[in-house]
Amino acid sequence: MGSIDPLVLLAAIMMASTPILLAALGEMVVERAGVLNLGVEGMMITGAIVGFVAAYESGSPTLGFVTAALGGALISLLFGVLTQFLMSNQVATGLALTLFGLGLSSLIGQSYSGLRAPLTPDLHIPVLSDLPVVGRVLFQHDAMVYVALALVVGVWAFLKFTRAGLILRAVGESHDAAHALGYRVKLVRLCAIAFGGALAGLGGAYLSLVRVPSWTDGMTAGAGWIALALVVFASWKAFRVLAGAYLFGGISVLQLNLQAAGSKVPADLLSMSPFLATILVLVIISARKKGATAAPAMLGRVFHASQ
Amino acid sequence: MITLVKRPTPSRLWIVLTPLVAVLLTMVAGAALFAMLGKDPIEAIRTIFWDPLFNPQFAAYSRPQLLVKAGPLILIAIGLSLGFRAGIWNIGAEGQYIMGAICGAAVGLAAYPIDAWWVFAAMVLGGLAGGTAWAMIPAVLRVAFKTNEILVSLMLVYVAENLLASMAVGALRNPEGGGFPGSRNLSQYPAAANPELIAGTGMHWGVVAAFIAVIFAYVILSRHMLGFQIRLTGQSPRAARFAGVNAARLILICLGISGGLAGLAGLFEVSGPAGQISIDFGSGYGFTAIIVAFLGRLNPIGILLAGLLMALTYIGGELAQFMLGLPASAIQVFQGMLLMFLLALDVLTNYSLRWRKRETA
Amino acid sequence: MSIKTILASATVALSLSTAAFAQDPTKVGFVYVGPVNDGGWSQHHHESVMEMKEHFGDAIELVEQASVPEGADAERVFTQMALSGADVIFATSFGYMDPIINVAAKFPDVKFEHATGYKTAENVGVYSARFYEGRAVEGLLAGEMTKSNKIGYIGSFPIPEVIRGINASYLEAKKVNPDVEMSVVWLNTWFDPAKEADAAQALIDNGVDVVLQHTDSTAPQITAQKAGDVYTFGQAADMAEFAPMPRISSIIDVWAPYYIERVQAVIDGTWESDNTWDGIGAGMVGIGEITDAVPADVKADAEALRDAIAAGDYHPFTGPINKQDGSVWLAEGEVADDGALAGLNFYVEGLTGDIPQ
Repeated sequence: MGSIDPLVLLAAIMMASTPILLAALGEMVVERAGVLNLGVEGMMITGAIVGFVAAYESGSPTLGFVTAALGGALISLLFGVLTQFLMSNQVATGLALTLFGLGLSSLIGQSYSGLRAPLTPDLHIPVLSDLPVVGRVLFQHDAMVYVALALVVGVWAFLKFTRAGLILRAVGESHDAAHALGYRVKLVRLCAIAFGGALAGLGGAYLSLVRVPSWTDGMTAGAGWIALALVVFASWKAFRVLAGAYLFGGISVLQLNLQAAGSKVPADLLSMSPFLATILVLVIISARKKGATAAPAMLGRVFHASQ
Repeated sequence: MITLVKRPTPSRLWIVLTPLVAVLLTMVAGAALFAMLGKDPIEAIRTIFWDPLFNPQFAAYSRPQLLVKAGPLILIAIGLSLGFRAGIWNIGAEGQYIMGAICGAAVGLAAYPIDAWWVFAAMVLGGLAGGTAWAMIPAVLRVAFKTNEILVSLMLVYVAENLLASMAVGALRNPEGGGFPGSRNLSQYPAAANPELIAGTGMHWGVVAAFIAVIFAYVILSRHMLGFQIRLTGQSPRAARFAGVNAARLILICLGISGGLAGLAGLFEVSGPAGQISIDFGSGYGFTAIIVAFLGRLNPIGILLAGLLMALTYIGGELAQFMLGLPASAIQVFQGMLLMFLLALDVLTNYSLRWRKRETA
Repeated sequence: MSIKTILASATVALSLSTAAFAQDPTKVGFVYVGPVNDGGWSQHHHESVMEMKEHFGDAIELVEQASVPEGADAERVFTQMALSGADVIFATSFGYMDPIINVAAKFPDVKFEHATGYKTAENVGVYSARFYEGRAVEGLLAGEMTKSNKIGYIGSFPIPEVIRGINASYLEAKKVNPDVEMSVVWLNTWFDPAKEADAAQALIDNGVDVVLQHTDSTAPQITAQKAGDVYTFGQAADMAEFAPMPRISSIIDVWAPYYIERVQAVIDGTWESDNTWDGIGAGMVGIGEITDAVPADVKADAEALRDAIAAGDYHPFTGPINKQDGSVWLAEGEVADDGALAGLNFYVEGLTGDIPQ
């Protein structure tokens, strides 16, 4: 049987990785602010359905993506209010959010199954798209692939160079110190949570509008959990999230390609390898830094300003 | 504006009141949801909360089923609560539950068709060992390298799920099952079965174990040195260190107990109600148990009640689905709302509301 | 006996007598493993049930429950349904097998029907469709239509049902096109649109131009449509919205006539446990319209094959057929018996790759 063309494989990986890339990037910002939101799956699937409904009713994929981001942000604020103002436990609330989101999306989606989303066109970038071979592979995707890439750069620059990014990181490293300096810890965290929700929503909508593209119950099928793993794997760094997303997405696509090409692959071993790799990365990081993990110090801790 | 002021001790009144208020609010919001779906809201609420307990047609069967459904939730949640109290976050109970089931079932299947009392005993040990071993991975990594146990235990859930799928179609597949995935049915192999102990009560060994775990946790937390160490570490890790608490030992013990209990829950489930290792054996008990642990405020008695409440919404929800034609998703949203309200109102036990003039926050 | 129970039984008696007065409708229960809008297996059962309900109207009372996990939860759902007075309960997933046998033993007066299982009892019947007959027709079309001589097959779980389909379509494709090669991609899921789309893309990227699927979503159809010159077949449902291209035909599960027949038997009191395994001939497997994308002579061949199978003149598993390792399975002219087909767990000669164990 034929061998696998690496360029074609790369193009497939770029598409397959976009949903987890978006969701993981959002969750990374949330976690950098010291909040652990395990509800990524619930926010993704909410984005998938509201994005689909908006795009289907209006005929505009763009409107679909915008709505998905808003929907994801809105449902994430449920988590935000509960954990930040009512000081509920983040782990439990995140899990409850996933349950709620899965139910809600399936309720909204009852009359939308089996329908087709309006087509999201592939971009044709002048010059770049016309490059031989590379142009077809790298520069003829739909706009969201590039939006996701731009967001990686944007988030990286925001965290590294802007004052707001510095404040966000400070809140994640020590909320008491940030509070003492006069920063509004809860507001910062709420913004981060909403941003994370918006990106998870976009990731979900990418599934229902581009990759599949139609609505089916439970269609995220665990992508949100993979995004969570990815953030850890990337040790909370934007470009590593990108690399990790392409690696995670790459393993699943490669696995299918190897099967299609007729190679003998232990499929179950490959499908559990991303998670084992994540654990390994975690151990290496924490061993090397003698316990000072790359994780934001306040991850998952409740903040309450004592007067 | 309203501010929250931390109470010196949790309010006893609100500890009792919040779950009741939360259930009431959920009933109101749920009724609105069901009305929007064109169903009689009162009837829907009654079907979910009342019929499983008191409807003459179902109650005799549903009431024991509450125990069957709540048993594993309580057993897992009790184990988790010990660690959670000490600030040790095992959120991979689902993986430990699956590994307990796999290891325990493997012992039973290896013994097939020997008919001896020790088969089931060996399976129990297998389940205990499987769950404990799976939890020891994050525990040892945490102790040796300070690796974050939340993330490692979560990752191991996915690994366990993949293992489960490969076991169901591979090593543990029923050789007489016509090539279909899934193991032999353990509930049809008397030496390995975990049947109902007293007919019509729903009590099987897993439920018994859950009750024992509740008592055991209660005693440990209130009267035992370990309980003191757990509570002290949870309140102030530094104080605990000065008091001579060995942090590494506590991590190993807490994760070990929670993994072991989750593994037991898996074993009792696979040999009893579920009957066999199948691809979708892992039904999310491990994650739901985290919610149960928090709903029960990490208190053994609270967890017992929270587990029963969760079970009630599952069973009542099933009844509402086929009696009233409510979609499964509406029930899921309803459960989600209940959890959200409970978590939201919980703040009132530890904080009191105060009006105060606006000042720089 | 407390007052409460006396009252309760009085109410029950009362409601029973009024119900009997109003010509007690037969209560029919259905349990699905997935949501009723999954676009595939469960949805198709549900739609057939709706047809059945339309046929009977008020003569039956229908209760349905979707998304019921296999195992302990299923057993409870069946029991509660039986307690609620159901006269017949249809369990539409393989994994309900042991629960249904357990519950049936407790309710000897309730009839049970289990789809795709093999365990029967006095009050438990089983039914399934010979999908492999349809797969053979698809295989012929695939072998004729491929230009790259590579056809792809998206498999779900490596169980006999799926392996039968792979073998049946490969054998027929090979007959009309000796150069054909088939790639099988196993997904270990019945339903995961994103994964199915990726699998279809992977096959297409590897030069496949005909994709068969044994998973339930329409994602592979859409992927093929985007890719262009790729042919597909509808699965479970007709998926006519993808005709004439990429979908050139389909295998349709036709459950409604069976449901009508069996429910009628319950109403008439003539129901008996059965073991139904019907194919194209009995109308349980439908071949969706072959579109104009297929040349007329190929279409005629495919229809001839379909009719020959329906008439019982031709069996897709007729020797000589060798196993993958080259050993003889069926001698010249020998036809596979149902027992061997039910447990089929090996590839036929010519297929590459291993069945995952």
